[in-house]
Amino acid sequence: MAVTLKTLPGLLDGERGRIVRIGRTGSRSVRQRLLDMGITRGAEVQVVRRAPMGDPIEVVVKNYHLALREKEAALIEVEPVVS
Amino acid sequence: MGPVRRRRRGGGAWDGDPAPGGAPGREPLIALAGNPNAGKTSLFNALTGSVQQVSNYPGVTVECKEGVLRAGGRPYTVVDLPGTYSLTAYSQEEVVARDFLLNHPPGVIVNVVDATNLERNLYFTVQLLETRTPVVIALNMADLAEKRGIRVDHTALSKMLGVPVIPTVGSRGTGVEALAEACAGVIEGTHPVTPTLVRYGHVVDEEVDALAEKLAGLLPPGPHRTAPWFAVKLLERDGPVSAEVFRLAAARAAELEAAVAAAAARVERHFDDDAATIVAERRYGVAAGAARQCVHITPLSRRDTTEKIDAVVCNRVAGPVILVGVVAALFFWVFKLSDEWAWIPWAGGWASPTGVVEGCFEALSGLLDGLRPDYPMLHSLLDAALVKGVGGVLGFVPLIFFMFLFIAALEDSGYIARVAFILDRLLRAFGLQGKSIIALIVSGGLGAGGCAVPGVMATRTLREEKDRIITMLVAPFMNCGAKMPVYAVLIAAFFPDRRTPLMLLLWGLSWVVALCAAWVLRRTVLRGEQTPFVMELPPYHMPVPRGVLLHTAERTWLYIRKAGTVILAINILLWAVMYFPRPPANADGTAPSPSEAVAHSFAGRAGRALEPVTAAAGFDWRVNIALIGGFAAKEVVIGAMATVYAMEEEAPDMDASLSARLREAPGWNPLRAFAMMLFVMLYAPCVTTIAVIRRETGTWKWPLFATVYATTIAFVLAAAVFQGGRLLGFG
Repeated sequence: MAVTLKTLPGLLDGERGRIVRIGRTGSRSVRQRLLDMGITRGAEVQVVRRAPMGDPIEVVVKNYHLALREKEAALIEVEPVVS
Repeated sequence: MGPVRRRRRGGGAWDGDPAPGGAPGREPLIALAGNPNAGKTSLFNALTGSVQQVSNYPGVTVECKEGVLRAGGRPYTVVDLPGTYSLTAYSQEEVVARDFLLNHPPGVIVNVVDATNLERNLYFTVQLLETRTPVVIALNMADLAEKRGIRVDHTALSKMLGVPVIPTVGSRGTGVEALAEACAGVIEGTHPVTPTLVRYGHVVDEEVDALAEKLAGLLPPGPHRTAPWFAVKLLERDGPVSAEVFRLAAARAAELEAAVAAAAARVERHFDDDAATIVAERRYGVAAGAARQCVHITPLSRRDTTEKIDAVVCNRVAGPVILVGVVAALFFWVFKLSDEWAWIPWAGGWASPTGVVEGCFEALSGLLDGLRPDYPMLHSLLDAALVKGVGGVLGFVPLIFFMFLFIAALEDSGYIARVAFILDRLLRAFGLQGKSIIALIVSGGLGAGGCAVPGVMATRTLREEKDRIITMLVAPFMNCGAKMPVYAVLIAAFFPDRRTPLMLLLWGLSWVVALCAAWVLRRTVLRGEQTPFVMELPPYHMPVPRGVLLHTAERTWLYIRKAGTVILAINILLWAVMYFPRPPANADGTAPSPSEAVAHSFAGRAGRALEPVTAAAGFDWRVNIALIGGFAAKEVVIGAMATVYAMEEEAPDMDASLSARLREAPGWNPLRAFAMMLFVMLYAPCVTTIAVIRRETGTWKWPLFATVYATTIAFVLAAAVFQGGRLLGFG
């Protein structure tokens, strides 16, 4: 069955996804930063909320809270997880 | 350490700036490293007691704190490194931590690990182990973890990683003795450690080994950073480390580069992802494996306190409202405690802390009066430069202290990260980012006073150099406390019935100019892609009073020291140019009036020389002198005007009478007053701010730029307002 991939900003508040990969379009340092912050393949992320003006996005990954802008979040491809 | 590397780090001012009481044979070094928010600083405070000093790094903007630990009768130097998520440095602070660890390898690294967030913390641990430097793990916040139903088996963790693991609670000092013992044991060699080395899995391991073999003969021998470590870093395409390797192995750099490229390509082909990602994933694999085996989680309610607070504090509607409330409360209490509320016993009654400081200087000024008849010059120097000049600046110490206290408490609580989260989008539109707001608010962004000096220092929390510099360049536009006297005098003189609307207008203008300037700077001088905003939102916790107080005292002391050095020097200089040369005595033998004396001085001449230009904004030579004085500190402006207008002697109520005098003075009108307020708001940051920008950026370029561009903006706007107003018939 084909799985629909989304980017992280495509998830609604409260939705969860499993990270499939980090897009190659991002610069090396951004990709490295995301990796260092625990955005790795297979990890589960949950969107917690958006900031009052809609951006940045707060997510939970590896059991801690991370805020990132939509631009960087768009590099993260996820497979929605239905709980 | 290899001599080559030592030289490259600029000799390490660290070496030239030794530990307290530093003898040539300095104490063994213990470095505290770990993720931000892992509780490193409170552990550092618990380890070293209150004897600490801030050691500045050459050329970089972040400070490392240093203290002494005594264990087993021996002193050890302990350095608190800035928090970092990875050895692949990203922010200014992280570069410091990384360079320190790689270039000044300590006797032992105390890796502070947050027990509530083990996996991501261990990712950094794995990288420390890779460097082969001895590591002792402080498993911190064990209490908090248990409250959340997380139990970490530290014995098992120690076995897996091959290094001692000591459970600690930094805020309460629990486990600190055991930690000190473990460090001493490792350094003295009684407890040797054999860190478990990471394997990166097939394909990667083989490439690493092959590269390491090639490297082995090329690199100078050193006690740390072995060939395999360099090999991994090369494969990861780590910029600074690769550059270093290619320089060290200059003769065969080309060959090496080709080998690295080929190896990386093979890894990428095999895994369909770049080598850096694969290596990072392997490290996470080790971290996750260790966490899985050593952590026992009793499922508790997922909605912990932090989530409950954030549901309100980061809410779309409530969030911004709470933010405004918090900032307003901060200012209310800062002013209440430092100035408005007399709560310190003083001279038989009560006084505010600011009142106490001012009282001291007034008393000092009174003591000096005795000097005036016999030593007029000495009196003038001591009274003007020392008492009024330095005293004026020190009068702000209580305000600065309470400001720092509240900001430090907010920082420690975790709220500042939420402020950045809420405001990031808004500030991004102008080329700033979320965390800039703190600096702007501290600088006086609420229009109720503030100070650009702590504001510029507050930019340290910003991760990126360009964001930091832009924030530093626009923060001085905010209405700091020193500009208030100028507004007060001019508004009282020319806009007595429109005080509130005028203050609001000045407040609004300061923000408009600051945001527009940021917008322009981002597109011109500091052009470039905006830096990504990837920030942890740490759990809230009660600020640790000891840590907050130490932090506050340290920052306040820096401010005081500046007043006693830079400000004092400038004030003496300023006094001299306003005092010399003395005018000849009048024909009847009487001394010339103070006003004539000033007009005759160097400052008076300079003021006249500038008049043809400054007339465009409506400033005559008297105003020019005051404004030149204001370069030192904006507090000086009003005092200097009072001197020039020869008001100082007759009128004890200086402000009011200066207002009255200005109202009567020829050439003054509301338009000119407004142009002057605008100019004072915007022109060059004061000397203290300049000195702090110099210190924070490590170069004279930015403070000089700030002076020139701010003065230009100020003059152009003031002249535009003045000329435009005249055309419209306001003059």
